[in-house]
Amino acid sequence: MKNKQAFKGLAALAGGLAVSALMAGTALAQPAVIYDLGGKFDKSFNESSFEGATMWAEETGEAFLELEIQNDAQREQAIRRFASQGANPVVMAGFSWGTALGTVAAEFPETNFVIIDGVVDLPNVQSILFDEHTGSFLVGVLAAMTSESNVIGFVGGMDIPLIHKFYCGYAQGAKAVNADITVIESYTGTTPAAWNDPVTAGELARAASDAGADVVFAAAGGSGMGVLQMMADLGKYSIGVDANQNYMHPGSVLTSMLKRVDVAVYNSFMNAGDADTFTPGITVIGLSEEGVGYALDEHNEALLTDEMIEAAEDYKARIIAGEVEVHDYTTDSTCPV
Amino acid sequence: MSVLKPLPRWADVVLLPLLNLTLAFVVSGLVVLAIGQNPLHAMWAIATGAFGSGYNFGYTLYYATNFIFTGLAVALAAHAGLFNIGGNGQAYVAGLGVIAVALLLDGTHWIIVMPLAMLAAMLVGGIWAFIPGYLQAKRGSHVVITTIMFNFIAAALMVYMLNYVLKAPTGMAPESRMIAPDARMPRLAEFIDFFRHTPVNLSLFLAIALLVGVYYLIWHTKFGFALRTLGQNPTASRYAGFSNSKIIMIVMTMSGALAGLVAFNEVLGVQNRLVLDFVADAGFVGIAVALMGRNHPFGIGLAALLFGALYQGGNELQYVVPGLTREMVVIIQALVILFTGAMEGLFRPGLQFAFMLFTPEHKAEAMARESAGSES
Repeated sequence: MKNKQAFKGLAALAGGLAVSALMAGTALAQPAVIYDLGGKFDKSFNESSFEGATMWAEETGEAFLELEIQNDAQREQAIRRFASQGANPVVMAGFSWGTALGTVAAEFPETNFVIIDGVVDLPNVQSILFDEHTGSFLVGVLAAMTSESNVIGFVGGMDIPLIHKFYCGYAQGAKAVNADITVIESYTGTTPAAWNDPVTAGELARAASDAGADVVFAAAGGSGMGVLQMMADLGKYSIGVDANQNYMHPGSVLTSMLKRVDVAVYNSFMNAGDADTFTPGITVIGLSEEGVGYALDEHNEALLTDEMIEAAEDYKARIIAGEVEVHDYTTDSTCPV
Repeated sequence: MSVLKPLPRWADVVLLPLLNLTLAFVVSGLVVLAIGQNPLHAMWAIATGAFGSGYNFGYTLYYATNFIFTGLAVALAAHAGLFNIGGNGQAYVAGLGVIAVALLLDGTHWIIVMPLAMLAAMLVGGIWAFIPGYLQAKRGSHVVITTIMFNFIAAALMVYMLNYVLKAPTGMAPESRMIAPDARMPRLAEFIDFFRHTPVNLSLFLAIALLVGVYYLIWHTKFGFALRTLGQNPTASRYAGFSNSKIIMIVMTMSGALAGLVAFNEVLGVQNRLVLDFVADAGFVGIAVALMGRNHPFGIGLAALLFGALYQGGNELQYVVPGLTREMVVIIQALVILFTGAMEGLFRPGLQFAFMLFTPEHKAEAMARESAGSES
């Protein structure tokens, strides 16, 4: 029975994609998006890219090219394939693309490339970075105000500076409202496989919970689903990441640290294909651009009190105004709290 | 029951693999059909994706290079009766040798780096296979168990090395820094414009030379005779005065050295740095390649080309038929491996029977037996 449903889903999916395939091949320069390891439907980072691309396709009525890679060694081939096929721009989300893109972008100076979360210093590459630390600060504020045990948790994906940046912002936000709070920090792994390991991530959430945490923030891509599930099973709170994950376990997911990869992909598809609107170099998206933030919708409005929202909005305004400074871990690889 | 006679050589080497391949494609076609895609369109996408242009063919040859190395590694060990399924780990660890040579000799020329990196790949890969060989020869630990366990040790070791020893100081990804452009192995694209933008490189010629070299080693040297004797009958080999344990250790080391050359191709010629998982299961594909090629270098060359085409064509499939996701591509590749490798004997009895019917003397014989059978 379950298999049958899965099969139906697959068939429907294949059908939908076949339509976009039929539409392909007519446009001159199609944009392309490449998903990182963890898969297109990770309900997080990659799915955000997909949603951004879909948003663009629905609005313009045109089709885009897409690809999921299977292992780290395929990165160069994937980018090169789209570039040699004439796709423009080629957008990829994930820091792991950096080296491969550096090689291929030099081979195809006429093609525009966009990398999200990484920096490649070439005239035909736009590097989009997010202020993850400020968005994480806000969810840290909400976590600390929710916690009754005075202990909150953090489960990261791969143990890299980028994810420490999430942690550091989160911890700063929590300590800003409650200086005595304890933040338990853990990471799922040291390889890209850590983005797609919900079992380990779930166990780390349980460990944090056993140590007293009643709110756990998952910044772990597809692995985060394990954290959300575990906290829901335990009857405690979790915080999602990247996409709005509030709907996954209503009543348990306190909020989601939004990182609008979808907006970045959408904007890239809109602008980066054309030499007039393409902006090479580093673009940083933060709170003021609504690129990061916390999610509030019908699934979590019962969990967030007016007082909490007020506090979060207050911090948000003060961070944008520069009155509150949130330390960015990646600038000096240290965290003040 | 009638006694089936062995197939003529041409049927064994050509017809049987072709039948297996056809069956694999038919079953794959059914799977493609089941998800609502046109199987002919998909097959065509694979074929053109593998051979359609210089770009596609270059990638096919690049994959085939790896599969020749691992196919030979499996075949050489198989002739000595050893089943080396640790090609993946041996190739993976060999990457350490290549990157060490390449980064230490940074700033020199590829003419110096290339031969040394090749030797380093063979040395490290060889050592990684020597240990299971030693355990088999001296302690009786079966190589099937030890080599596959060494794959896991290799994977863990490489994650550690990439994260804590070799990781480039600037990046977040677990990968080494890039090899200087002058030290990289030249790609064929630099001489032949047909292969533009493809990673196929000089190691292809090494692979072809090794096909000949391994053939010579197995069938035209004393050592080859010894290892084949061991493979056919260890007791006879012992009785003939060969030291079985010595042969086992030498063959395993050579097998590991051959597998290690995957790192030579990937690290020095393609990725130009050490990355996670660069072997991409070439070691396991090598088993299927050796099986399909009947452990003969000529067959291995052809089978490697076929699997190279499948890998490249399969990748291409995702671009051309977007409904086929990466999981589908893996299913198709797996079916081909299943039918041409693991179940290669599926058609053998039927084919043998058919041959008996269609060869005049056999036909008469079979008819006689049939009638005798029905009368009794």
